[in-house]
Amino acid sequence: MTLSFQAAVAKRGFDVSLTVGPGETVAVMGPNGAGKSTLLSSIAGLLRPDSGVAKLNGKTLFDLDGGKHTWVPPHHRGTALLAQEPLLFPHLNAVDNVSFGPRSAGIPKRDAREGAMRWLAEVEAEGLAGRRPAELSGGQAQRVAVARALAADPALLLLDEPLAALDIHSAPLLRRLFKRVLAGRQAIIVTHDVLDALILADRVVILENGRIAEEGPTREVLERPRSAFAAGLAGLNFVPGTLDGTGVLTVEGLRISGHGDEQVPSGQAGVAVFPPSAVSVFLTDAHGSPRNSFAVTITELEPHGDQIRVRAGGLAADITPAASADLGLVPGITVHFVVKAAAVSVYGT
Amino acid sequence: MPGGPIVQAQAGPRKPLGQVNTKGAKVGGQGYSGVPGWVRALAVVAAVVVVLPLLAMVLRVDWAQFIPLVTSESSLTALGLSLRTSAASTVLCIVLGVPLALVLARDTFRLQGLLRSLVLLPLVLPPVVGGIALLYTFGRQGLLGQTLEVLGLRIAFSTTAVVLAQTFVALPFLVVSLEGALRTSGSRYEAVAATLGARPGTVFRRVTLPLVLPGLASGAVLSFARSLGEFGATLTFAGSLQGVTRTLPLEIYLQRETDPDAAVALSLVLVAVAVAVVALAYSRPAARSGAGKRATTPAPAGGNRQ
Repeated sequence: MTLSFQAAVAKRGFDVSLTVGPGETVAVMGPNGAGKSTLLSSIAGLLRPDSGVAKLNGKTLFDLDGGKHTWVPPHHRGTALLAQEPLLFPHLNAVDNVSFGPRSAGIPKRDAREGAMRWLAEVEAEGLAGRRPAELSGGQAQRVAVARALAADPALLLLDEPLAALDIHSAPLLRRLFKRVLAGRQAIIVTHDVLDALILADRVVILENGRIAEEGPTREVLERPRSAFAAGLAGLNFVPGTLDGTGVLTVEGLRISGHGDEQVPSGQAGVAVFPPSAVSVFLTDAHGSPRNSFAVTITELEPHGDQIRVRAGGLAADITPAASADLGLVPGITVHFVVKAAAVSVYGT
Repeated sequence: MPGGPIVQAQAGPRKPLGQVNTKGAKVGGQGYSGVPGWVRALAVVAAVVVVLPLLAMVLRVDWAQFIPLVTSESSLTALGLSLRTSAASTVLCIVLGVPLALVLARDTFRLQGLLRSLVLLPLVLPPVVGGIALLYTFGRQGLLGQTLEVLGLRIAFSTTAVVLAQTFVALPFLVVSLEGALRTSGSRYEAVAATLGARPGTVFRRVTLPLVLPGLASGAVLSFARSLGEFGATLTFAGSLQGVTRTLPLEIYLQRETDPDAAVALSLVLVAVAVAVVALAYSRPAARSGAGKRATTPAPAGGNRQ
């Protein structure tokens, strides 16, 4: 009961190889245009890659390698797709929408409706059975759409930012619903929200520029990000470079010293990662071992909780509003970011 | 129990939503439209250009003789033939036009743009040219005529020819209207239906067709109206044989030479039918829950040239 997937789409610079284990939910994250939708579309059969092989539970979805042209159409794949918008068929009421999958599979009308009612109850929407999609709120419609996708009994559930279009009141309710129905179910969820990855997924895959930048258990990826995108998700400063003892040497020649618990030979690619809360801001150079100090130009100041987030290029520091006022910080001035080596994690990538 | 004050308390001075009463803005939910005065004036002229000739014709009707003129044997025969052939060509337009619109809207293939242009050609082609083209296709000396002759089929100058001529000129109306509706509704519902396990036939029957039904209906009505008014191609390809190929427009043209009053009366009948058809096409109950939100207005149709 696994999905193995490998595909390339030259036009979109997409080349991804991915497996999903039995009962595993994988979150796919990445910037816009990273290839998340391409991934889901080619698994669902809505997009034909240039090359690659994919198998779901031993059944071939497509095999386009070495001159082969095996291509199973979407309706034979068992991969239900749930998008950002519910896309309920507007001419059918909720229960007929939910029974659409079973009816298409040849299940008699009455049995399909009974099954649909059970799925509506599962998503706490049995009271909406007779309503047309136009009469449902966004959250209600998405719940019915979840029931419709599950009623089709998919071997793999594909979720394309299912919570993105919902208002802040509906999203938590639906997230709890997903938590319940995704338990033990094979699914891929594309999301922009790190909370979804933490709560719903066993594993996260970070896509960047059509390639997998990193993957691993969600907690691990967030604690030790190996890609700038994952570091951004975790809210950490991320300085890539080459390893140099217990520090990282950037291409600009800056050395950031830190601590690492793995022995990685110098010269290899590595990163220095530290939280913005560990960064102090000074107007003058306050050098002194074991501290890192580097001159930066402030690009932005923004409120961040009860702190002020000072952004300088790709780096950030969190300081108190009082400290910001005392220093007279404004965008454009040059300051020194100072961070203790003990607060900097250094590891190879 | 003093019941009055409670009721009064609820009847506060609440303004209905959308009724803005600021200075300069119109009352009753009407917002700023931004249409310049001279544009409105030209719009009135445009309306006059269309309505005035119809009015002039109505004023010319000899009401005393109206019923006898309209119910004469030749008139009724022509009207009956027109309705029957138009119904047949509308059915033909649906049967052939739906697949064509679907292929044009959903598939991508080489020369698709060229095919679309060619299919829409009858919209702008003088119908008499269409008639000549049909004659050289199905006529005795035509491309397929001799083959059909061998099979014992003679199409030119028969009722079948009338239906063919009407289909030729009316098909683009249905295709344009339906292709627009298909593009507006998009293929995302079909994609979802496919991932839910529905085979293409099921998707077409249970998703695509219901979604574009309003567009299909208006396309069919427009095709019917175009068929009803067809003159040039019919005359060229089918001739003017009473009870066989002489439809109402042909009858009107013939009567105009001998009995102008009859021609005017019959014209009024055609106008009445056309008005009924247009009303049917454009004033469908807009918001029959669900499908109401989608805009599937009929596509702008070309001229009904004779």
